[in-house]
Amino acid sequence: MGSGGPSTIERVGGGRPLPPLIGSPRIRARGTSSAGSGWIAYLFLAPYLTLFTVFVVVPAIYGVWVSFHSWDLLLPNKPWVGLDNYRNLFDTNSAVGDDFWNAMKATAIFTVFSVPLLVVLPLGVALILNQKFRGRNFFRAVYFAPYVLGVAVIGVLWTLLLDPNIGVVNYYLEKVGASDNIAWTTSLPWAWVALVGVTVWWTLGYNAVIYLAGLQDISRELYEAAKVDGASRWGRFRHVTLPGLRPVLVFIITITILASANMFGQAYLITGGAPGNETRTAIMLIAQEGLQNFRLGSAAAMSFVLALFLMLVSLVTFFVFRERKV
Amino acid sequence: MADELPFERKQSRRRFVMTAAGAGASLWLAGCGGSSSEDATGGGDETTAGDGGKTYTGPKVDLAFWNGFTGGDGPFMRDMVTKFNTENENIKVKMIVQQWADYYQKVPTAVASGRGPDVGVMHVDTLATNAARNVIVPLDDVATSLQLQQDDFAETIWNAGIYKDQRFGIPLDMHPLGFYYNTAHLEKAGLSEAPMTREAHDEALEKLKGAGYDKAFWQSSTWPAHLMFMSLLWQFGGDLYNEDASQAAWDSDAGVEALTWQRSLVEDGYSPPNVASDADYIAFKNEKNSFHWDGIWQTQDLAKTSVPWAVAPLPQIGTQKAAWAGSHNLVIMRQKNPDENKLQASKVFLNWISEHSIDWAKAGQVPARNSVRESAEFQGLKNQSILAEQIDVVRFPPAVPGIGDAQAEMEQAVNRAVLGKQSPKESLAQAASKANKLLEENKKKYGA
Repeated sequence: MGSGGPSTIERVGGGRPLPPLIGSPRIRARGTSSAGSGWIAYLFLAPYLTLFTVFVVVPAIYGVWVSFHSWDLLLPNKPWVGLDNYRNLFDTNSAVGDDFWNAMKATAIFTVFSVPLLVVLPLGVALILNQKFRGRNFFRAVYFAPYVLGVAVIGVLWTLLLDPNIGVVNYYLEKVGASDNIAWTTSLPWAWVALVGVTVWWTLGYNAVIYLAGLQDISRELYEAAKVDGASRWGRFRHVTLPGLRPVLVFIITITILASANMFGQAYLITGGAPGNETRTAIMLIAQEGLQNFRLGSAAAMSFVLALFLMLVSLVTFFVFRERKV
Repeated sequence: MADELPFERKQSRRRFVMTAAGAGASLWLAGCGGSSSEDATGGGDETTAGDGGKTYTGPKVDLAFWNGFTGGDGPFMRDMVTKFNTENENIKVKMIVQQWADYYQKVPTAVASGRGPDVGVMHVDTLATNAARNVIVPLDDVATSLQLQQDDFAETIWNAGIYKDQRFGIPLDMHPLGFYYNTAHLEKAGLSEAPMTREAHDEALEKLKGAGYDKAFWQSSTWPAHLMFMSLLWQFGGDLYNEDASQAAWDSDAGVEALTWQRSLVEDGYSPPNVASDADYIAFKNEKNSFHWDGIWQTQDLAKTSVPWAVAPLPQIGTQKAAWAGSHNLVIMRQKNPDENKLQASKVFLNWISEHSIDWAKAGQVPARNSVRESAEFQGLKNQSILAEQIDVVRFPPAVPGIGDAQAEMEQAVNRAVLGKQSPKESLAQAASKANKLLEENKKKYGA
């Protein structure tokens, strides 16, 4: 079965509604074949390109400019400080150095623990929901339901549920004989368990839906062929399902890493960064530095360092999962 | 529940959630409505009255009045605005409410882009920052023309509105920390009144324990733990900063003593460990604990419950009396295109609200004006007048731009120590050295 390889499956699986097809042969072929009518492509791209330029490219460049200044929107002089805002981040004696790396560490911890769960668990859920059984649509809806709630709603909800002294979670833990004094929101490592747990519960459905779409795109014939060749259940999963899901998998891993690295609302609402500032994530610190302390230059510098890290991580992901030619 | 400082948002999360959408919508509407008022004043050729805020005789104007009264205090202010509008047919004030943390971020941006409100409310410890950032304008002429005299205001409150020798806020109220207690619990423990000294306080906790209330005083690790800390620090004779607020001073012996006392509530078992945001207050409302320190604004919320409660001034735990308080100040926003008529109308509005602050006191506030505070009508407001007794001992953080940045470090120090993650001494020292760097940077930035 291994001889088919992923590219065959890609070609078989037509009409996939998802975006993660970077580098797939299908797209490449299409790109080169219609060189003559380029302007029509550009015409269709123009609206998005305009928005992209106005809301992403220009602000990003402006942000670089801001990061070289001591910038307060409302103060008449915004002195040029060169690379000082960046230098301060790498100087533990500065006002922001410690905080920044602490926040980066918090972000890394959250990402490292949430991403594997958010990649593996939704796959399991999607595999189950892809079976034929009564009430399937109901369960599909149930798993997706939390995702429709806003972060403010889930934040307040879990703050109350997880309260160490008056929360329902500890109340029932005591009822079943477990420890009733776990400080879910004010101590480590429990705060991370809570934040990762809440996030997995909240966003699992989204990833599951994408997996589900990917699963339904894999041709039945391949499974039948594998069965005829005597492949076991595991063999079919390993050699048909997984390769078939590769582009979806790369997409999910990438967006989940980015989403986790941008975590803000959960920590802001549930732990408030406590204990101390141990669960204050990078985005939370950037927001505080820029919008509360009005040090936009320093906040911009932090953003660019964070962005650089995210680009590196995305590149690594992309290379690890890139399509290997047979 | 009502009020807090901008940098201390934790208490208000729930309110934020409930009001964010509404505030967003009303902002949008305000943006749309803005142009009509410009039309109204554009053609005005009547003369402008310039008496600093006593009367307004110019053409009809619309004023945008922004504040953060999202709690039980909101309707009181709204009623006052309605009353003002009916009494002043030339001025139409439109009140827009949003959560304080949002407000303090949006107002500067709105002012910078020329779409800011005309009048607003700001907490006393944010005045300097907003003055330095050109968000609000000096009001010395208003104070003079309205014949606002220092002797009609409590000294601390009056002086707190001054930054660089100019007045930027007209004090509206004071809202101190108070000592709430469950009267039924006290009765059961054989106590006739709230303990007012350290010895009596220790004794009361023991008696409550004996009466079955072993966790009588929950010590929160977040809001309002830092308000308690400031009160206690001042009680032990310390201060937050040195004379010119260039250095943090909360890591003094007084500070360590204050924070150690807070932590001891947990270590001695009077408080459960790890009390998270709001849990102490929710517990009080469910009669789980007997003592609770919180702002005067909670009187309105507690009045709606069936909890048998009463409130007293803070007990004296340290060597002298002191209590943290906040104070709302009325401010006028800087305008990109100043409109004399609007400015004049704004002053009239400010004056009117200040004069009617007895109505505002009913929202759970202590009026800043002595004349109002000493009136029979205010004395009739039981809880407010009890807490007003603290007026001579209340203290504020210093009027220095960007002081909130340093205050946030102190808040974290309190959090770490109450949770037992760090000793009070270490925690305060760490926060102080961090705050010193921020104070130095701010000095450079604001040129103070």
